[in-house]
Amino acid sequence: MPQVSMTVNGKRMAGEVEGRTLLVEFLRENLRLTGTHVGCDTSQCGACVVHVNGDSVKSCSILALAADGAEVTTIEGMAAADGALSQLQEAFRDYHGLQCGFCTPGMIMSAADLIKSNPNPTETEVREWLEGNICRCTGYQNIVKAILAAAARMRGEADPDFAAFAAE
Amino acid sequence: MYNFEYAKPDNLETAKSLMAREGAQALAGGQSLTPTMKQRLAQPELLVDITGLPELKGVARVDGGVRIGGGVRHVEVERSAEVQAAAPALAQLAGKIGDPQVRNRGTLGGSIANNDPSACYPAAVLALDGVVSTSNGRDIAAADFFQGLYETALEEGELVTAVTFKAPMRAAWMKFPQPASRFSLVGVFVAQFADGHRVAVTGASESGVFRHGDLEAALNTGGDLDSVAVSPSGLIADLHGTPEYRANLIRVQAKRGAAAMV
Ligand SMILES: Cc1cc2nc3c(=O)[nH]c(=O)nc-3n(C[C@H](O)[C@H](O)[C@H](O)COP(=O)(O)OP(=O)(O)OC[C@H]3O[C@@H](n4cnc5c(N)ncnc54)[C@H](O)[C@@H]3O)c2cc1C
Ligand code: FES
Ligand code: FES
Repeated sequence: MPQVSMTVNGKRMAGEVEGRTLLVEFLRENLRLTGTHVGCDTSQCGACVVHVNGDSVKSCSILALAADGAEVTTIEGMAAADGALSQLQEAFRDYHGLQCGFCTPGMIMSAADLIKSNPNPTETEVREWLEGNICRCTGYQNIVKAILAAAARMRGEADPDFAAFAAE
Repeated sequence: MYNFEYAKPDNLETAKSLMAREGAQALAGGQSLTPTMKQRLAQPELLVDITGLPELKGVARVDGGVRIGGGVRHVEVERSAEVQAAAPALAQLAGKIGDPQVRNRGTLGGSIANNDPSACYPAAVLALDGVVSTSNGRDIAAADFFQGLYETALEEGELVTAVTFKAPMRAAWMKFPQPASRFSLVGVFVAQFADGHRVAVTGASESGVFRHGDLEAALNTGGDLDSVAVSPSGLIADLHGTPEYRANLIRVQAKRGAAAMV
């Protein structure tokens, strides 16, 4: 069987896979990193989003072999080694950006990519960016707030005033 | 998914010899092919990953237009300064394909080789008088390249290496997304050149992307698009819309496009 190796959350990982093994299967089944979820069979839900060489991608739509040699970051790699949450995760907690939590890993990984390329997104830009992340619980309001708050905190600013936002 | 052999060549010559093998198929961003294979609707014996081919990369200004490598990802087209200068509507089109994760992987070559009847790029290739260059050394005019649903002029094993788009005086991309899939329910690309307008329509026809001559003629003569009869004959009927609904949307989107051209 073909060999694959990649750096996952800073650690060098290797394993045997089939040609058809998806990156998400390698992460979940070989590496037991089950924070990355699978929510659909049609590449549409975004529960599986991870970073490959810095870009957010759907790990259900990439072969493990196509990520050979890549730098991969999953939700498990977002918190610090001592368990301290990243600013995005912290903001999701503060703003109740999750209910069941199934979509959350994908939401966080997707949002991290947004803030990297656009540190000061508007509400509309956040909503458009989340086009590929489906949440069946929250109605998105608190997810959008959490992302806007996290972006503000990363810029060293106070959380936005969401009073007007909630009234919309 | 059925199993297959996987190869990732690092140059076009090797890729071509691999593609010549029985049962070989190209894999680019995998944003159409992987979901299709998961549903067991495709069964390649050998997947040739072409994302490592330098010959398919790069965006460059050329005389009167812009040349985009077949392996260039949607996100790169969206953010390319060369594309934004030559044809801002083309950069906007790329930035509205699917979602950010699809745009981080999906490629121009994969999109036009696939020729999904609702895909965005084919409309731009037709409206911007594109020429498709291939690994067999052919330069194929847009009108000859798209040949109906999922059908193109590509031969077995032939790869799209680049597409050269003409820079329009003005153009606009009007996508009316189908809210579940985010593909175009109807998408209209309107472009104005010195010698006239070109209007290309995707998402609407049972035989794939097409140009609408009557809308083009009306724009060329400064006529009112509302008076153009868009025929529903041959348009797609599905649970998202009737042929009549799509015919009306074609005119509405063309009108919006003509007003929005930059
Ligand atoms: C959730 C979702 C939403 C989407 N929304 C849209 C949308 O709104 N608009 C839109 O246009 N598309 C949309 N797409 C499709 C997306 O744009 C794909 O990226 C694109 O259609 C295929 O490009 P790819 O590089 O991923 O090709 P792949 O999936 O790797 O390949 C597709 C086909 O093309 C062949 N191929 C690939 N590259 C070449 C080449 N250079 N030469 C010859 N043959 C080649 C392959 O063999 C295969 O048959 C969406 C996809 C998803 C999953
Ligand atoms: S599992 Fe749904 S998009 Fe990947
Ligand atoms: S919190 Fe349940 S799916 Fe988003």
